[in-house]
Amino acid sequence: MSYLFYPGCSMEASALEYKTSMLTVLQMMGAHVEELEDWTCCGASVASVMSDLLGLALPARNLALAQKAGNGAQMLVGCSACFTSFQHTNAAVADPATLGKVNQALEVENLSYSGKVQVRHLLDVLANDFGPEKIAAYMKRPLTGLKVAPYYGCQTVRPYSDFDDGQSPFSMVGIIKALGATVYHHLREAACCGTALLTTKSELGLQIVGEILDAATAADCIAVVCPMCHMNLDAYQDKVSRIHGKPIKIPVLFLPQLIGVAFGLSEKDLLFKRHVVPVEPALAKLAT
Amino acid sequence: MTAPEVFNLTEVRRDPAFGDRLTPAGRQLRACIQCGTCTASCPSASAMDITPRKMWRMVQLGLEDDVLRSKTMWLCSICYQCQARCPRGIPLTQTIAKLKQLAIERQIKQWRESTAFYLSFSNVMRRYGRMREVEFMAHYFLSTNPLGALGYAGMGLTLLRRGKLRPELPRLRGEGRLDRLFDRVAELEGKK
Repeated sequence: MSYLFYPGCSMEASALEYKTSMLTVLQMMGAHVEELEDWTCCGASVASVMSDLLGLALPARNLALAQKAGNGAQMLVGCSACFTSFQHTNAAVADPATLGKVNQALEVENLSYSGKVQVRHLLDVLANDFGPEKIAAYMKRPLTGLKVAPYYGCQTVRPYSDFDDGQSPFSMVGIIKALGATVYHHLREAACCGTALLTTKSELGLQIVGEILDAATAADCIAVVCPMCHMNLDAYQDKVSRIHGKPIKIPVLFLPQLIGVAFGLSEKDLLFKRHVVPVEPALAKLAT
Repeated sequence: MTAPEVFNLTEVRRDPAFGDRLTPAGRQLRACIQCGTCTASCPSASAMDITPRKMWRMVQLGLEDDVLRSKTMWLCSICYQCQARCPRGIPLTQTIAKLKQLAIERQIKQWRESTAFYLSFSNVMRRYGRMREVEFMAHYFLSTNPLGALGYAGMGLTLLRRGKLRPELPRLRGEGRLDRLFDRVAELEGKK
């Protein structure tokens, strides 16, 4: 299986461990993954607030690059906000007039877009192109005894997901079970992590994060598939603990890191030392 | 319970076509039946001055100024739950982006801090083509509340130690990576 990989800005800095673990795991399973050259920011949720056309032109610039580079290859995305930007653009340019306008904008970059590049979220690729059985086949160390709380977040499954349910997502279940771990279901699996509210309206943001952490706290760790979800759930636990008046400390792992542990990968690829909440207590639960 | 707020619609300046300009396919907001699913689904509703259901009614009534002055849109975390659950199929979350656009254009004073977030992000994106989180945050706090940054100083240091932040020297001169695309878009939208 071949993919053109669009990392997105977070994976160059705050979520580098997501990128490293994802690429290693996919490579081990025989995927051919090539990074899109000269990619730029997808515009996140900001560009469409600046202007309608900017919100389409910034993602389209990358889609056009993928079209040029790809021989029909699908574009792999690990960030749910990037995923939403690209899916939003593909939906909008189905209208020929909109596509025409986007292409008028892309002229200054010497690019043109057909509207036809298929965008795939990492979770979709893991759950459906590979699937639990194939993933289990590469396992060296089952995660027996580990209770994992899946956390999908919002934009992974809403509104553009064509691989999972927007209200009760399930894609992680088979994968977590295949790794030998137990799924800890909770009521905040498809809730929002608060995104930028943690910066702009911190009181409300911390309340939202607190509700998720509270719901998942009986698990040994939380599994996520988005850099923003990871930052918000991992970095603010001290602040949430202070507000709640009780300590909350639950490791938050990117799903490919979790798979990586089961594949026997080392710290070099997993980069757990970059996390704010130490991952060791969860790993210690694994039978050696 | 607080008494219901009464709008005297004969005296208030209003624009009944306001809502029709907000949704991608024109008159979609007219389909709102005020069921309240949006408010019940919103993780931020408890902190809003006007709940989503009420805001959409005000939009229907054309109370443009009141809607743009409310902080409701700035508390939206863009989780698409209201849009996903709306029984009338209205693209509510996308419409919030449109409201933010208008509020930024009108430079509504009391939400300068919220608009600064978007402007800072946009400027950094335009200059480098990719997000630089450190410069974006510095830009944002300096333009809003420099002391507010102190609340994040401890966490910032932790993230820096973990290698999660990548400080880079700002490059303030010369052409921005996405200047041409931004300019072209502005030109096509008749804003330049």
